[in-house]
Amino acid sequence: MTLAATVGRLAADPMSTAAGSPGFLSPTGVEIAFLLVGLVTFGAAVVTVTTRQLVHAALWLVVALGGLAVEYLLLTAEFIAWVQVLIYVGSVVVLLLFGLMLTRAPIGRSPDADSGNRWAALTVAVAAAAALVWVVVDAFRTTWIDLDGPAAGSTRVTGASLFQNWVLPFEALSVLLLAALVGAIVLSRKAKADSARTARATSAERDTPAALAEPDTRSDTEGAR
Amino acid sequence: MNDALDVTLRLLIVFVVFLSFPLIVGQTEHKVMAHMQGRLGPMYAGGFHGWAQLVADGVKFAQKEDVVPAGADRRIFQLAPAVALLPYLLVLLAIPIGPGEGAAGQVVDAGIFFVLAVMGVGVLGSLMAGWASANKFSLLGGLRTAAQLLAYELPMLLTAASVAMAAGTVSLIGILDAFEWWWLPWQIVGAIVFFVAGLAELQRPPFDMPVADSEIIFGAYTEYTGLRFALFLLAEYAGIVVLCGLTTVLFLGGWHGPWGADGLGWVWTLLKTAVLAFIVIWLRVTYPRLREDQLQKLSWTLLVPLSLAQIALTGIVKVVIQ
Repeated sequence: MTLAATVGRLAADPMSTAAGSPGFLSPTGVEIAFLLVGLVTFGAAVVTVTTRQLVHAALWLVVALGGLAVEYLLLTAEFIAWVQVLIYVGSVVVLLLFGLMLTRAPIGRSPDADSGNRWAALTVAVAAAAALVWVVVDAFRTTWIDLDGPAAGSTRVTGASLFQNWVLPFEALSVLLLAALVGAIVLSRKAKADSARTARATSAERDTPAALAEPDTRSDTEGAR
Repeated sequence: MNDALDVTLRLLIVFVVFLSFPLIVGQTEHKVMAHMQGRLGPMYAGGFHGWAQLVADGVKFAQKEDVVPAGADRRIFQLAPAVALLPYLLVLLAIPIGPGEGAAGQVVDAGIFFVLAVMGVGVLGSLMAGWASANKFSLLGGLRTAAQLLAYELPMLLTAASVAMAAGTVSLIGILDAFEWWWLPWQIVGAIVFFVAGLAELQRPPFDMPVADSEIIFGAYTEYTGLRFALFLLAEYAGIVVLCGLTTVLFLGGWHGPWGADGLGWVWTLLKTAVLAFIVIWLRVTYPRLREDQLQKLSWTLLVPLSLAQIALTGIVKVVIQ
């Protein structure tokens, strides 16, 4: 939504459309870079869903999300780019890797890392992509972002746009996230209560602090390394 | 031409700092730890109090064979040290050392978000190393790293947001421009929370259970040898420099000091950073290692509420003084 806010503001900016519409036949350096990074991002995304190696898929996702952040940067939306890295690369992918390593993360190919639903998934993905492309193209037809002027996506501009034009969606999303948070707490507490009933017998020995914090023995190996 | 020269010079300076400061911190750690434990530490390499010990260590690491375990995921195993180290180099670019635009490697508009985002990427290196080593101890270390990251990242972000609220900007230079001395008591809780959370990010004692050698050998780095292992160590010490520099810039006023003219601002920054680095070493010698669940408890029941309280306090004071 924040991206939409930025682009929406850009669309409303009369300056960006005033100058003679730049053509597609004489691209600038930034446009070429945008295209190349876009291709890399697309390639990484495709590998993410096609590779048979589970952890590699997560790491290719890092490349795809990082590429997206670079695209934001090229469009001067610096704030959005860093938040993209912070939230997606720094937290979501780490959570993903944590989940994989906690359950199963074999090294090498997983022959069963495939699903009979792949055609259904492909259909949904293509439909979603088509809808998004259609909406975006329809909304911003000939809008041109002026990259030479003052940064159009700086933190100040993004913040002003977010809290002036998009306050209601922002607050609605906050409430949604709060509801999800409360739901997660309720679910985890319920599971805890259930397991507490069954595990009451063994709890006595489990609660004894068997492994107290050990002294730092790294200092002893200091000379060795 | 002049611009290109300027950029090259800045990059060169940052690179030299990146290569030298972690070594200085490392050598200081050797000596400070030794004296706190009633011994001398390295004394022979280089002659004067073993100043060249880390250089000798580096030569030793470079000579060792670079081993990749047979069962490992070769490419990811080899890539991991670079992923762990490079983010700190990028962060160092954005930390301003003195007043004015010329005193930072690169002026970043959303500086706080840049440094926190890029520092978070460094943890991926440990995760990759832990998984790709095909070793259960490495995997355990990687798991602990991830669990730790999820615990400390929130308080770190919240306290940084508190400073950003106080200054009214997310640019590191903007924050320092707005700094007043009374921010120190005002943001002290946030400063402590940020520093503690940063220690947990760096996996420094007392939060070093991801590399706890008495339990899981050396965590994610168990299978590494030679230069790649040295790169992980360098990442740890570069991390100390970056964390101390960031705490200085965000909470301790960076180049502001009780006296000293405009020209000496960088001395204050370096001095505060050095004192914080000393505290990092001091904590390592002083405190025993926490258990993983103790860190989680510390983070969720203490650091997060404290940082939320700090944000509330910042908001109240901000409204009152306007």
